[in-house]
Order: sequence, then structure tokens, then C-alpha cells
Amino acid sequence: MTSATPARTSELIESGGFVVALDGFTGPLDLLLHLVREERIDIADIPVARIADQFLAAVHALGLNQAADYLEMAGRLIRLKVQLLLPRHGDDEDWVDPRAELVRRLLEYQQIKEIAREFARLAERRSQRHGRGYLPPPPDLPPLPLSIDLLELLLAVERVVTAIPSPVLHRVITRPLDVDGAVRRIEALLAEHEEFDWRRLLGNRPSIVDVLSALLALLELARRGICRVRQATPFDSLVVARELAESALATA
Amino acid sequence: MSSLNPLSQLLEAALFAANRPLTLDELENLEPDAPAGEVRTALDQLREHYDFDGHAVEIVELAGGYQILTRATFAAAVERAQAMQRQPRLSPATLESLATIAYRQPVGRAEIEEIRGVNSGGVLRTLQERGLIEVVGRSEGLGRPLLYGTTPLFLETLGLNDLVDLPRSEELTIALQPHRVEPDVGDDSALASVEEA
Repeated sequence: MTSATPARTSELIESGGFVVALDGFTGPLDLLLHLVREERIDIADIPVARIADQFLAAVHALGLNQAADYLEMAGRLIRLKVQLLLPRHGDDEDWVDPRAELVRRLLEYQQIKEIAREFARLAERRSQRHGRGYLPPPPDLPPLPLSIDLLELLLAVERVVTAIPSPVLHRVITRPLDVDGAVRRIEALLAEHEEFDWRRLLGNRPSIVDVLSALLALLELARRGICRVRQATPFDSLVVARELAESALATA
Repeated sequence: MSSLNPLSQLLEAALFAANRPLTLDELENLEPDAPAGEVRTALDQLREHYDFDGHAVEIVELAGGYQILTRATFAAAVERAQAMQRQPRLSPATLESLATIAYRQPVGRAEIEEIRGVNSGGVLRTLQERGLIEVVGRSEGLGRPLLYGTTPLFLETLGLNDLVDLPRSEELTIALQPHRVEPDVGDDSALASVEEA
């Protein structure tokens, strides 16, 4: 960050005080922008020869000459310097300032840097307001040392093994026939109707258990002489009717 | 002191108990029978209640939702009371990369490095580890490089509600330009003219 390097770079170089500034720049464009600003130069009209020399000197002095990115920028600057020294040939109208690309990149980078500073301001403002349930990060605890003897290990294995269930190969399920419930339903229907179609005993989507329960209940009630079951023709639906009063009285 | 209506109280309870921003959808689901817009009005009432009746908390619009946060005035007190450690600040290099991604997303590492003029691999890793950026896809270009974008946590960290709230001024025209396909063309043609000479 250029703000971390208040002293002029040239002074830093002379005094050998570059160690402080070593990490002060985020990259070659940052360093270049710093030089341009320090010399109060118009970015659009950079004196390439002078800036290239200063850039090289700064790279050496700041100990940045190991960083490929800085060397690449140094190369670009030297190339630019050479291009500008060459005599122009042909029409002046066709001439494009070779510095244009560098200027565009510098301006772009300058804006990114401004946004980055704005981001830092925003983050700082946000970090001063706290939401609920904030937990400070847990302290770094060293992992517990692992010590175990053979007996403990075997006991642990046994605990795991006994916890494994033995495989189930088959299971017999008794179907819960509800004959009593069906009897109650039949009695309720008989109290209201003289006779009714037996299918009224079943719900909308009867299960096989419901059907069997209803049939068993019908047979049971018929046996006790409480109802009579009639079928007009084979395979016709069953009609359940009240048993005549006298026979009911007779059985009672 | 104004008293809150039942709906505002309901919202207050939900927001108070939450440790993240709740979206308007989530808040509206708390009272499905409430007429449209009612929840927003109740939210405004709650906000005014906090702002004008001397409360130490406020309703903040954050990352597309609403959250109750303590006011900045009490930052030091809250941190002392909870023995809190602040997250280390982001370095200038990290912020530069984050700024590039925020405005150019989805963007690949090559373009970020083009703009910053420096290798940015380590910085991108840091941003990913802190959950501020994520891989959002792959470019169709050579080698199908990864493309990065910002996360909801990025908005929360900067206290923004939406990406459209990013600081945008007329001066940022260059930074906001879309990706250039062949950034080095100008350079190469210039080089060619040198070789001709």
C-alpha cells in the first residue's frame, strides 16, 4: 500500500531504508502508480524514459528483483522507452502512442485500488455492528495424545461387534383382524336399515383385512341369529337383513 | 414510547432470535394470512421503534434480508463483553482482487492478474477460504479456466444488501468495462512495428 510508504522512493533508495517498504506494494502497477504520483506526472503523458529508470532503480533497491511480475513490467517499460526513442516514419495520423496500453492499464488499476479502499471502509463500518449468536473462534487446542492398551482395544471391539444386529431372515406377522369392530358396524347399520348391501360395511378402499373381518363378523352374527344374509343369484352382492323379531326373541 | 402492534412483535421475535439475515419471504411466511405489504409496513414500524425510541440495536438490510445488529457506537463494549476477536482485516492485495471480482464477475484468474499486473493465486485462495468468493463456472476459453464470483457472505461482510449497491461512480468507467478478449493485441502490434524498424 502506497500510504505505508510516506517517504519518497528515491530517498528510500539513497538511505537504504527499503526493508520497510518491501511489502508495501501489491504489485508492479502499484509501484508504477506510486512513482507517477510522487513525480506529480500526468498519467496520460508519462515521461517513459525517466519513469523506466526509476522503476528499475526501485525494483533493485526494494529487493523485488526476484519477483517475475516486477521484471516483466521492467521489460515492458524498457521496450516502451525504446519505441519512443525510435524516429517516427510514415504519416503522423497513423501513429498510435505506444504508451496508450500502459496508460489504460494504470487508470484501470487506479480505479480498482480506489474500490479496494472503499471496500475496506465498508467492511470496517460493518464490523462495528454485531448480530446475535456471534461466537468467537474456538481457541486452537492441541489434539489429545492417543494412549491405549490391548485390553481396552479388545473391549472396544467387543462393544462394536455386539452392537451389530444379527440379520433378520424372515418374520411372521399376524394380521390384526378386527371382527369386533365389524360386528359393531353391522349392528349400527341394522339399527337404521331393514336391510343393506354388504359392501356398505367396507370403506372406500378396503384392505384384505377389512374384507375378511367384515365376512367373519357377518357369519358370526348370522350364526347368532341376529341377521340374515341373502344372495339373489350366484355372484350377486350379498344383502344383509334384520332377522325376524320372533326368532330373535326365541334365541334370546 | 410507542407500543408495537402484534405483527411487528412477531417480526421482532423472529429477527431477534436469528443469527443471520432473514429474507422478506421468510418473514412473510410467519404470518401467511397477513395482507400483502403488511409485513413490510410492520418491519418499518419496528425499524422506527428502534431508531426513535433509544435502542442500541437497529434493523439492517443485509445480503438480501433483514437482521438486527447492535449499533456501531457500542462496538467496543460488545467486543469487550464477549472477549471477541476481530477477524483479521483483508490485506490491500486481497481487497484489490476482491474489487476486481466484484465488478467483473464471473471472472477468471488470468483477467484478475491482467488488471492487477501480479500473480494472484494465493490471494484468490485466501478469499475462497474466507468464503468471500466461490467458483461459479468455467470459461469457454482455452483450458476452460475457473470463473470466480462473490458470495452472499461478501455482501454481509461489506454491509451491502445487493450487488447493485456496490459503489459506482462515473469515474469507475474503465474498471467497469467488460472483459477484453485479447488484451495484448495493442502491445504486439507495437512490438511488430519496432521489429520492422
